[in-house]
Amino acid sequence: MANVLVCVKRVPDVSGEFALTDDEQAVDARHLGWTVSPHEECAVELATQIAGATGGEATVVSVGSDDSVEQLRNAIAVGCTRAVLVEADLASLGPVDVARAIADVVRAHEAAGTTYDVILLGNDAADTGDFQVPIRVAYALERPVVTGISTCVVEGDRLVARGDGPDGPEAFDLPMPAVVAVMEGGVSPRYPSIPGRMKAKKAQIETMAFEGAPVGSGRVRLKLPEVETSAVRILGTGADAAPAVVDVMEELGVLR
Amino acid sequence: MSVLILVEPDAEGAAVTSLEAVTFARGMADSGGWPVHAVVVGPVDEPAWTALVDQLGAYGVASVRHAQGEELSAYAAAAWAAALVEAAGAVSARVLLASGTPRGNEILAHAAARLDVAMAANAVAADSASPLVVSRQVVGGAALEEMRLSDSGVGIVSVAGHACEPVAAPSPSVPEVVTFSPELSPADLVARVARVEPAPPDESAALTSARVVVGAGRGAGGPDGFKDLLSLAELVGGALGVSRVVTSLGWRPHHEQVGQTGSRIAPDLYIPCGISGAIQHWAGCQSAKTIIAINTDEDAPMVTRADYAVIGDLHEVVPAINDELRRRRG
Ligand SMILES: Cc1cc2nc3c(=O)[nH]c(=O)nc-3n(C[C@H](O)[C@H](O)[C@H](O)COP(=O)(O)OP(=O)(O)OC[C@H]3O[C@@H](n4cnc5c(N)ncnc54)[C@H](O)[C@@H]3O)c2cc1C
Ligand SMILES: Nc1ncnc2c1ncn2[C@@H]1O[C@H](COP(=O)(O)O)[C@@H](O)[C@H]1O
Repeated sequence: MANVLVCVKRVPDVSGEFALTDDEQAVDARHLGWTVSPHEECAVELATQIAGATGGEATVVSVGSDDSVEQLRNAIAVGCTRAVLVEADLASLGPVDVARAIADVVRAHEAAGTTYDVILLGNDAADTGDFQVPIRVAYALERPVVTGISTCVVEGDRLVARGDGPDGPEAFDLPMPAVVAVMEGGVSPRYPSIPGRMKAKKAQIETMAFEGAPVGSGRVRLKLPEVETSAVRILGTGADAAPAVVDVMEELGVLR
Repeated sequence: MSVLILVEPDAEGAAVTSLEAVTFARGMADSGGWPVHAVVVGPVDEPAWTALVDQLGAYGVASVRHAQGEELSAYAAAAWAAALVEAAGAVSARVLLASGTPRGNEILAHAAARLDVAMAANAVAADSASPLVVSRQVVGGAALEEMRLSDSGVGIVSVAGHACEPVAAPSPSVPEVVTFSPELSPADLVARVARVEPAPPDESAALTSARVVVGAGRGAGGPDGFKDLLSLAELVGGALGVSRVVTSLGWRPHHEQVGQTGSRIAPDLYIPCGISGAIQHWAGCQSAKTIIAINTDEDAPMVTRADYAVIGDLHEVVPAINDELRRRRG
């Protein structure tokens, strides 16, 4: 039996152009939806698979405002069975603080009798892209950690994790408990079923407070890169444009 | 005080991404009045090692520290970070840098956790050396964050790929070479690569190194909609790259995905077909030198941000381009 804790972060769902808030401290999300990183969707899928295969439990945790309950419920709808919200204002926290909050949840649950054999996170958060919370969680709990992982399975008392290295696919063979940062591509996140959605609606969310003084993120301000004023040249419409396209390729010298 | 940079070796010497980061490091070092030192961890064979030291000399690096030892035969991020931290102490590093590659970010994050200091991932500019402020990519590169690192101790910064061109130093150096065996604990070796598995030739490497990439998005229409796009890629000696919609729907494998959660490409020519140009896709293709977009919608962001565009159905335009290419080749 392997219990899994999976960590998701509520982030603005930006796909087109967006603005910053007047104080330049955040993305202006007033007209945006919210989501989690695709890496985290894959981490949730892996958590569900590992718990299912070993008869363990998959618990989802998020550190953030109480709106993050939406992302926690989405994870329950696809197979997590327990959810924890660490209530905090993310604007005042940095990756050091988030990692500490996650480690605190692990310790609190351990004290109450639930141990986590595997902690799954996304490789990098979709908004802040700090590339470090998983590693800081591992150091806080003194556990081994691997990043950039596409698939992982429990084999006896070991966790076999695979990812792409510079020289080809790499395998890691870790003792548990272990921490794994997941990258999109190894598994396809399932869609929520109707019973899953019903369960998610009714699920109890355990709430904890963020303890202690945060060290913060060091953010001075956000800025948007200068957009080059577009000078797109329309080469034509439909199939008739083909010769013009090949002319451009010849000019660029990309044809051998 | 000094700037210490972790250099990743490849088969020929120093990786290009590391040379970009050395260029970035030199900019930072100059404004702080510090020397640049380098550290390499793990075995590097000849002639790559000699080439690497020569390259770092051309880039103005004062010394190269080489961490060696039996225990470093297989990659383990924690062990690499232990070596890095030891070298940082030896050269009194104020700033610790690496390229923002998967391993670069991973090793730096370990170092940051060990030293209990902040880390700025994917910096594109050093705004000031004192206080230490960098601008770094957030939201997949669609926004930048000015981040202030600690005023004392070590500041840790990874350098975003393509943030700067690799440029040799105005005055080259002959780096002092120092080898050392870092002090490692058993815990540093627990998460090490157990094996590199045999695999089909690395397709994603073909994508990231291709000079021409043909892009395909939802406009391809379905799993059977890629025949002409693949022919085009073949005719121009390029590779196929796709949007996340395409991989999520299972039309093409994930290793072909371009974007924030896929590959970052920098070809001479990118031809996105039926791709709207969401910021997360743009994050992966913005380093393309020239973009020719093919799209039915002239207002799609990919079209308005491209250098050239054809407005039309890709299933008509792409076969016509293929015919034209074949015709001109005779
Ligand atoms: C955190 C996060 C990370 C993400 N990472 C990535 C990533 O790595 N890569 C990525 O690509 N996306 C990523 N996405 C998804 C991204 O937001 C978009 O949803 C996706 O890029 C859209 O794919 P698309 O352009 O193929 O589809 P659409 O946005 O649906 O666009 C289809 C385009 O095709 C055109 N079209 C339709 N039919 C035709 C035709 N017959 N001929 C020509 N043109 C036609 C349409 O006009 C339209 O412009 C990410 C999203 C999030 C939230
Ligand atoms: N506020 C948060 N709540 C829960 N998990 C988080 C939070 N921030 C980051 N994480 C996890 O850590 C991963 C890496 O984040 P980062 O190091 O910030 O790029 C994310 O993909 C999440 O899985």
